Amino acid sequence: MMNSMKTIKMMAFLAVFALAFTSCDDDDDAPAPINEEEVITTMNVMLSDGTTTKMLTVTDDDGDGPNAPVISADDLDANTTYQGTIQFLNELETPVEDKTAEIAEEDLDHQVFYVPSSGLSATITYNDQDANGNPVGLDFTLTTGDASTGQLTVILLHEGDKDAAGVSDGDPTNAGGETDIEATFDISIL
Amino acid sequence: MYRYLSLIFVFFLFSASAQECNLSMSGYIIDLHDNSLLENASIRIENTNLYAVSDEKGFYKISGICPGKYKVTISHINCEDLTRNIKIERSEKITFSLEHHLESLNEVLIKGELYNVKDKSAITAQISHETIDKFSNATLGDALSSLPGISSLNTGNAIVKPVIQGLHSSRVLVINNNVRMEDQQWGIDHAPNIDINSAANITVIKGSSALEYGGDAIGGVIIAEHQKAPLKDTIMGKTILTGMSNGRGGNIATNLIKAYKSGFYLKGQGSFKRTGDFEAPDYVLSNTGVQEQNLAFEIGLNKIKYGFNVHYSLFDTEIGILRASHIGNVRDLANSINSLEPSFVSDFTYDINPPKQDVRHQILKVNGFRKLKDFGKIDLQYAYQNNRRKEFDVRRGGRSGRAALDMELQTHNVLAKLKYDKAENFESKFGVELTYQNNFPNPETGVRRLIPDYDMFKIGSFWTGNYQLNENWFANAGIRYDFTYVDAQKFYQQSRWDDLGYQDEFEDIIVEDLGTQLLTNPTFNFNNVSANLGLQYSKNDWVWNTNLGTASRAPNPSELFSDGLHHSIAAIELGDLRIESEQSYKLSTQLKKTFTKWQFDLSLYYNYINNYILLEPSGFEQTIRGAFPVFEYKQTNALLTGFDFALGYDFNKNLNYSTNFSYVYGQDLTRERPLINMPPANWFNRVSYRFNKFNDLKLDLSSQLVFEQTRFPDDNFSTPILNPDTGNFDNILIDISQPPQAYHLLNFRAEMPLKLNFAEAQIALNITNLLDTSYRSYLNRQRFYADELGRNIMLQLKLNY
Repeated sequence: MMNSMKTIKMMAFLAVFALAFTSCDDDDDAPAPINEEEVITTMNVMLSDGTTTKMLTVTDDDGDGPNAPVISADDLDANTTYQGTIQFLNELETPVEDKTAEIAEEDLDHQVFYVPSSGLSATITYNDQDANGNPVGLDFTLTTGDASTGQLTVILLHEGDKDAAGVSDGDPTNAGGETDIEATFDISIL
Repeated sequence: MYRYLSLIFVFFLFSASAQECNLSMSGYIIDLHDNSLLENASIRIENTNLYAVSDEKGFYKISGICPGKYKVTISHINCEDLTRNIKIERSEKITFSLEHHLESLNEVLIKGELYNVKDKSAITAQISHETIDKFSNATLGDALSSLPGISSLNTGNAIVKPVIQGLHSSRVLVINNNVRMEDQQWGIDHAPNIDINSAANITVIKGSSALEYGGDAIGGVIIAEHQKAPLKDTIMGKTILTGMSNGRGGNIATNLIKAYKSGFYLKGQGSFKRTGDFEAPDYVLSNTGVQEQNLAFEIGLNKIKYGFNVHYSLFDTEIGILRASHIGNVRDLANSINSLEPSFVSDFTYDINPPKQDVRHQILKVNGFRKLKDFGKIDLQYAYQNNRRKEFDVRRGGRSGRAALDMELQTHNVLAKLKYDKAENFESKFGVELTYQNNFPNPETGVRRLIPDYDMFKIGSFWTGNYQLNENWFANAGIRYDFTYVDAQKFYQQSRWDDLGYQDEFEDIIVEDLGTQLLTNPTFNFNNVSANLGLQYSKNDWVWNTNLGTASRAPNPSELFSDGLHHSIAAIELGDLRIESEQSYKLSTQLKKTFTKWQFDLSLYYNYINNYILLEPSGFEQTIRGAFPVFEYKQTNALLTGFDFALGYDFNKNLNYSTNFSYVYGQDLTRERPLINMPPANWFNRVSYRFNKFNDLKLDLSSQLVFEQTRFPDDNFSTPILNPDTGNFDNILIDISQPPQAYHLLNFRAEMPLKLNFAEAQIALNITNLLDTSYRSYLNRQRFYADELGRNIMLQLKLNY
């Protein structure tokens, strides 16, 4: 009988202890804000013909938030060869963080695809390779043909299969993987 | 009938005394453990020839007693003799309580006290330890889905959530060893953190009638009870070893109990599971390996009148998520759905890489009870639960090793129950429950929090009563009230805040404006009332149960706060601060009968849910990743109705057939369309044969036919998707709604007991998906990406010692 009284007392004690403990635990410190580290808010495609540089830019300030990205593209010149580079930025961080190096470091897992629409007179060839001899797409050549208008879709793919058919030629159809960036630019070749 | 069985009276001792020997002593002989009345107990007044034997109502009477002091001995065949010194000066009514013999008490302690004994009219289904042992290498959800009316909602094959008559997650309470599991059960891909090997018995209550465990069981309650320690000096244990071909792994589970006659006991239990990638018939399901390790200890004292126990358990699992199910945007989703094969298939490996889940659940419980004389029992319990969930995503910049989601949910719970059971036909329980919960999402992830920091305080109180009207009719009733206060601290992106239309309505909860983000302090008060009324009529092996219940559930954190992209379905899911509690009204009725050769069980239910919370499609968002469909939590009125049917027939002692069939109809009454994720009709058949020769070999062939779900909401959408061949965008219909086709699976099992000199053993061969059928299941969230498991050959050795 004494035993059971002890048990009950102990239970009661534990209960009180638990409540006391939890109320101490209840700090009102505000949680720290998190700025997404991996988010890419801005992609700049720079096309240089040796004298001038044309810019294709997409910016999405709120990442996966509801605001639609803002897309802009300079007009391109007909029958011109452009040396292209691409840059990925996280503008939510101060100072602005350049994510391009992160992608270059993991070049085996990344590939940028440039897909012109059928009406757009432009061809793209890759100028860079990863350790396996597959393209990465951070350096490329864009050659325009006659004047035309259309779209250029730029896709950054993570962990796609670069050995799948057509992938190293710039066709994402069989690559699988997951899309980190996808933006479509309205292009006029004048 | 009131009658003395016998009253034998020979002569008066001490007759020389002048006193008149005309006093009597009468009363009842009852079983101290369960208050049942004991027939044929003998009551003897020592040193006299006076004695009586109790009648069928446990009543005895001895007359012709002279005043004086006596020693009385009461004996019963099942009980220990009881001796009492009494003084008789006038005729007295004295009731004696007898304690069972140890062996028979063990029967009561070990086999008795199942949940349904307490609440007879509830519509329940149970799995015994034999079934649990068969699923030693699987999960709670797998074991339960063998019951009629229970199915499972899966993410891959290792994350299995039980579904009771169409409802799951926060609508199903899981009670593990008398502790209500708080394991972030709101998530569709969060399986119950229970080691199936720790349970000795699992009861499913298909409704909200188990009010003592919670009032929010809109779907039902799953109660897992652990093995009870026997009251004798013994050490007993069980070890189950399972090896399986699919996943090329296995499982070992061990259970040990050291018990003493004094009631003191120690228990230890552990299990370890390791598998590599599982395989569908045509390909490896890459990155679906599992590692799970569980441990539990308990120390306790079991006396008839009082007892206590201290319990600790650790559940720790690492589950690989199918690599192909982690996708980037809608174009990837369209590719996955249309390609019919997973986009990532590698060679078999034991490695578990991101995406994966790493979950650890710990329970510390202290429980004590004491029987109260002439009243009943008081029960006090404190439980602490710590749930740490880490989810790892495929990340860039070497961050894959860092969790993308890291949440620690801590729950303290104090539960006090008072039970009155001293009346012959009435039993009642009253209880109070206090809960404090804290959620801490670790900011080190570098990913915005899916569920915010919050504190939750909850106080609940319940009353239940059981009344046995007569030998045919039984009634029970109960009511419960819960008050919940939630105090959260959540960051919203400014753009999301505006998009959700919070700027006017919730301006006062903004704590700080950080430019692109707002820190807010949403608080909520929820009042939830649940009640239940049940009736049972039983006669000549017929049992008819009817239950009417209402349950009320406060919205869970996911419904209130969800805010982000789900990589597994390429969708943005949004919670809503305006969501209110949902309330269900469920009427169920069950008719069952056990004949000598056959038994059947039919239950029907009608569950109307007011303010049912569900995810609805609500348009599209363009982001720099591409386009995503958006799903928002909304409220509607819903109806779930259906039936579960089970039938068994024994052709003879050796050949047995059983079948069960379940159907559920779910309808969104507000939008007049079917509810999503309703289990398709399901028909299960089993034939088993036991050989008298061949060492009692038992063969068991079962068939599971799952029909195509034809009732589903059309959430399909069309969106422009890049055609890489032309560079143009074509409008593509993304079919995320169409359920997969019907499928049929055959399973085979052979088991044979083995006599070893140190243990009782059983060896079993179990083959699931015998014909290696390729199929997909509507209730698997990965059905867009890959087929289900192919054939799995398992060999199991069970030792009882």
